[in-house]
Amino acid sequence: MSIDMEQFHQTFFEESFEGLDIMENELLNLDVGNADNESINTIFRSAHSIKGGSGTFGFTAIAEFTHVAETLLDEMRDGTRQVTQEAVDILLKSVDVMRDMLGVYKDGGDMDEENNNAVQKELEDLLGVEGASASDEGSNDSANETTAGGWQISFRPHIEMLRTGNDPVRMMHALGELGKIEVVVNISELPSFADLNPEDSFLSWEITLTGDISKDDIVEVFDWVEDECDLDIQPIVNESENVAEAPQAAASDTLATEKAEKDPAAKKATAKKGGSETASIRVGIDKVDEIINLVGELVITQAMLGQVGGEISEDEKHDESRMEKLLEGLAQLERNTREIQESVMRIRMLPISFVFSRVPRLVHDLSSKLNKKVNLVTLGEGTELDKTVMEKIGDPMVHLVRNALDHGIETPEQRLEAGKDETGTLTLNAYHKGGNIVIELSDDGAGINKERVLNKARSNGLVGENEELSDDAINDLIFHPGLSTAEALSDVSGRGVGMDVVRKNIKSLGGSVRVDSTEGKGAVFTIQLPLTLAILDGQLVKVGNETFVVPLVSIIESIQVKSDNLNGIAGKADLYKLRDEYIPIIRADHIFNMHGGDSTLDNRLMVVVEGDGHKAGIIVDDLLAQQQVVIKSLETNYQRVDGISGATILGDGTVALILDISGMIDMYKEKGTPEPTTPVTPPQGNDSDIADEAA
Amino acid sequence: MASILAVDDSASMRQMVTFTLKGAGYDVTEAKDGMEALQIAKSNSYNLVITDINMPNMDGITLTKELRALPAYKFTPILTLTTESSADKKMAGKQAGATGWIVKPFNPDQLLATVKKVLG
Repeated sequence: MSIDMEQFHQTFFEESFEGLDIMENELLNLDVGNADNESINTIFRSAHSIKGGSGTFGFTAIAEFTHVAETLLDEMRDGTRQVTQEAVDILLKSVDVMRDMLGVYKDGGDMDEENNNAVQKELEDLLGVEGASASDEGSNDSANETTAGGWQISFRPHIEMLRTGNDPVRMMHALGELGKIEVVVNISELPSFADLNPEDSFLSWEITLTGDISKDDIVEVFDWVEDECDLDIQPIVNESENVAEAPQAAASDTLATEKAEKDPAAKKATAKKGGSETASIRVGIDKVDEIINLVGELVITQAMLGQVGGEISEDEKHDESRMEKLLEGLAQLERNTREIQESVMRIRMLPISFVFSRVPRLVHDLSSKLNKKVNLVTLGEGTELDKTVMEKIGDPMVHLVRNALDHGIETPEQRLEAGKDETGTLTLNAYHKGGNIVIELSDDGAGINKERVLNKARSNGLVGENEELSDDAINDLIFHPGLSTAEALSDVSGRGVGMDVVRKNIKSLGGSVRVDSTEGKGAVFTIQLPLTLAILDGQLVKVGNETFVVPLVSIIESIQVKSDNLNGIAGKADLYKLRDEYIPIIRADHIFNMHGGDSTLDNRLMVVVEGDGHKAGIIVDDLLAQQQVVIKSLETNYQRVDGISGATILGDGTVALILDISGMIDMYKEKGTPEPTTPVTPPQGNDSDIADEAA
Repeated sequence: MASILAVDDSASMRQMVTFTLKGAGYDVTEAKDGMEALQIAKSNSYNLVITDINMPNMDGITLTKELRALPAYKFTPILTLTTESSADKKMAGKQAGATGWIVKPFNPDQLLATVKKVLG
């Protein structure tokens, strides 16, 4: 039977990477010197499974490496080895090596043999063995004996042999397959019927097996019962050949019992945890995406029907009962669609702990590298967000953590000098707010040195010599490309690239990041991200003849412009006095170079929006419905357009562009509101040539 | 056809064992740890139980002991999946009442040969 083992590889990789995460996590939480038995067991089990699987699926390099790590863990589990910080560190390195090896097996590439061997050497040194090999048993059997004549086998089961489910009949069958078999049963031990316990074994057999048979084949038949029977195998031709056999069998017998006795103590703690895991299934992302797309289409259909329904109800008032039913049905369709969509979207949602779980290791490694003491606190790990968003937020998060440890939290000496606890605290917090997830990363370090940032920005020409900036604006400068104030460049945060990339990446997810800082007290980075990239709640607005979608989350309010509150700045831009602050007025028709439109502002509708912490008013011609829209990528279907984050298809089949508020504010800042030049019209098309974006 | 209960906490091993045995016509039920296996075993009957040793919640040794304590599983063949390095585990399994063992790593053919050995 040939089975394609490759079909199991995907599962093996997934569970092994998970296993490594578990190992890493448990190792980091291990209380050195007073390690919890169950933790060690958990770590051991993960390593054990990876070893077993990699051996089975042919990934021998991992199997061999893991064997060494497993041996170390086994000793810790048995209590024969102390859990030391050194051992934990080496095991953490081993986890990295195993992860690399898995990655190479999964995606191809070259193993870092040098590093792998070095870590294996460290493990072996710690174990005090030389070149441990994966097989340490089974090869010491005596040379494979064969006789031409056959064998005389005396098989006397112990009284309790049947109770392990070993049936002598099967052994006879197995022997029968090896050669010609003659069996004589000895019933002399059989008690009287009254005394007979049917669960005990009283029979024994004398078996004559003839043919060209190797002794190993016979031994193998009795492999499982060698300690539950008296077995004597003698070659028929030469009876003196086998003298050495009996003592060896006896020796293995005592050895086995001895080991079995010490074992129960070793694995006692295994059964305590459990019950809290939620059952889960693995579903390929592509399948989920397909469903999401289909549901998206359903939403569009529903919107279309809703619109048609609305129109009919206005035209034909006469048949009201039927109309009512239609509308009722449509309302139900809407509710159902929304529920389906929400629950399907939930399939893609994962708890943020997937990202947070990477942080403890990072903090562990960095703080020892930087000689800083850091206590990590994570909150809201159960907060869920879309898998795709999760994958993309990982790197920016890592960068922010590095930044906080490198630049934020001070050395123990500096902290003591500043009257703080020598151990700094880094707090990660996640929670839902509106349709967004908010991730806060706060440290109690030195905060941002505004003076230094400002000086640096001035010397780089980012800020004019005499230009004064608000505190927030200064703090915001750290997201500017090419600004790094680290006293010494380190390999931790690197050069001044980074924070700008962090902001760029977060923006590309439709999110924002800002920083609040108090000098000497610490800094808080706040990341705001949409829960999902696939749908959004939008406000439809009309500008000229085009319909645009404004993400509802960025809208603060919509007002009618009063000329009293208008302020022009030297013909460059318009400001609007909104209560006690001035906000710039962005004219969407100008930004997008659309011709026509009303040039006066008085009494026009203005949507007040916020993006990246900046407010602005967008002038529109009409406010239409609020609805959930399915986001289609503009980049994959057309091309990137500044100020536009995507497109959607409305109920009537037309394409509406989704405004990128932060992008529009940036555009406004860069070019003010220039006069229209070349018009840009949205791509015309229908559903069929808008390929779906797999969010 | 003979029914087999396959117990392993590793999804890939479970998949492999199940796929192989089903391919050979056996009826296979999966369990992800000893605890689950015991629950399943109590409400069904099987001709053979194949169990991994190292598992969370309840390990294979404990499962074997628990099963042997059930009248319905007194003589049912129980095979443990074990690694060659743990000879003591083999014996611990036997001590608990296991019929025999399959040494990891094994390939589908070895698995089938061993299963055939106890199911005939």
